[in-house]
Amino acid sequence: MSEWWTYGPRDLLMFSAQTYYRLFERYNIELWPLQLLALALGATVLVLWRRGGNGAGRAITLILALSWLWVAWAFHWQRYASINLAAGYFALAFAVQALLLLWLGVVKNRLKPAPATRLPQRAGLGLLIFALLIFPLIGPLLGRSWTQAELFGMAPDPTVLATLGVLLFAGARPAWWLFPIPVAWCVISGVTLWTMESPDFAIAPLAALLAVLFAASGVLMYAWSGRSRG
Amino acid sequence: MPKTPNITRRRLLGAIAVAPLLGPAMGQAQQARPASRAIPSSGEALPLVGLGSWITFNVGEDRAARDASAEVMRAFFQAGGRLIDSSPMYGSAQDVIGYGLKKIGRPGDLFAADKVWISTGAEGRAQIEQSRRLWGIPRFDLVQVHNLLSWQGHLPTLFAMKAAGQLRYVGITTSHGRRHGEMAQIMASQPLDFAQLTYNLIDREVEQRLLPLARERGIAVIVNRPFQQGALIRRLERHPLPPWAAEIDCTSWAQFALKFIISHPAVTCAIPATTRVDHVRENLVAASGRLPDQAVRARMAAWVARF
Repeated sequence: MSEWWTYGPRDLLMFSAQTYYRLFERYNIELWPLQLLALALGATVLVLWRRGGNGAGRAITLILALSWLWVAWAFHWQRYASINLAAGYFALAFAVQALLLLWLGVVKNRLKPAPATRLPQRAGLGLLIFALLIFPLIGPLLGRSWTQAELFGMAPDPTVLATLGVLLFAGARPAWWLFPIPVAWCVISGVTLWTMESPDFAIAPLAALLAVLFAASGVLMYAWSGRSRG
Repeated sequence: MPKTPNITRRRLLGAIAVAPLLGPAMGQAQQARPASRAIPSSGEALPLVGLGSWITFNVGEDRAARDASAEVMRAFFQAGGRLIDSSPMYGSAQDVIGYGLKKIGRPGDLFAADKVWISTGAEGRAQIEQSRRLWGIPRFDLVQVHNLLSWQGHLPTLFAMKAAGQLRYVGITTSHGRRHGEMAQIMASQPLDFAQLTYNLIDREVEQRLLPLARERGIAVIVNRPFQQGALIRRLERHPLPPWAAEIDCTSWAQFALKFIISHPAVTCAIPATTRVDHVRENLVAASGRLPDQAVRARMAAWVARF
């Protein structure tokens, strides 16, 4: 598009809020009862974190990677692309994130659950619980239909927020390569909701900002404690 | 003083000829048909209000929303509308228009307006053909270069297609008040039939140069964003209509906004988009009844500027 930089987000929004939320409604209805599996997978992530031990990090990131792949295919590519010309790129980005999770989390085992004793890990646990349990309630609480609820493993936002929560496990060595795509998505999602005048537009960008700040603070805290011990 | 809308001779004679056969009720319905204005390059009359499809018809595969869009199209045609405008940039809108036309039956006097929106001229024909298939029509009446994108490459293709009878009119578009200098340059130098631009009670820059140029060059004008994508109407609806709005047969702010646009003598057709049947009917009514003259138009703009 010519002079694309002169267009504001509202000029580029190509669908209505009604059409956007109907997308989730039809998605949920068409795929029911897959939501139960998604909820079970979300609960599994929580249990694995609590139990810890060898293999927990790998199992958690495998679940996350599969969720990102599923959202890329079933949501972005098969559905969102019908109303948003950019959704094909979103699908690609989500697939890349899935591969990054598989490489760094499953192959390299970089995301090992840590006890929630320090602030970053506590924040990560809080973000994970928020994404799994609270986020799906936001739409209905704002007056949208229950059938439009956005669930971890099904919809992009809660999947991304849960991933950011898990990324805060890493403590002293955040897997920074796993941050850009989730953070970018949170910004895109926030802008999309803002242009549609959805009151919950700030949630994803705010969560991303907090995740980055907590990850950075984790690095600083570990560095500081290391210097004190030294 | 308000002036009578520019009803074409052919339509007026047609109405007079058939009115006695249809009885009083149908006679009244005929009177409420939208007024038309001639396309300068051909003399063909177009109703002053058309139907846009940006956002409103981009409903994807949602069957219920597709059916609702088809009903909007049905109401549009029943109320005397002809021109529907779309673009490959509008997501699923072209496909939804095709669905609607198939469902309700394509009217014989449909005026199909679409755009070419691709980065190179070489790809233009293929994109237009893809768009035509989505609409499910034999050919487009009008194809416009969307937002002047690669217009140097596309215009020769469009003129060649027109010469070959593969489309009837050629145009260019802009929106949001962008690239008016380049738009004027193309309008002054190319044998265009149509120019599409943004014009409404607030965004009036085109009154200075583009609208006079269109009249001078005999170029029909399609007006997009007549309601600033709804924002203008939402703002105006907080206030009551001025009492003198009745003098130009306005019963709503939407009609007030539309009458301001279509009463400009250079404007051929405004294309508000809507998802609602009652709104599409209300929009078309704006093209019937009295239209404001120059003095009333100035009063309308001044009134709205207070809010």
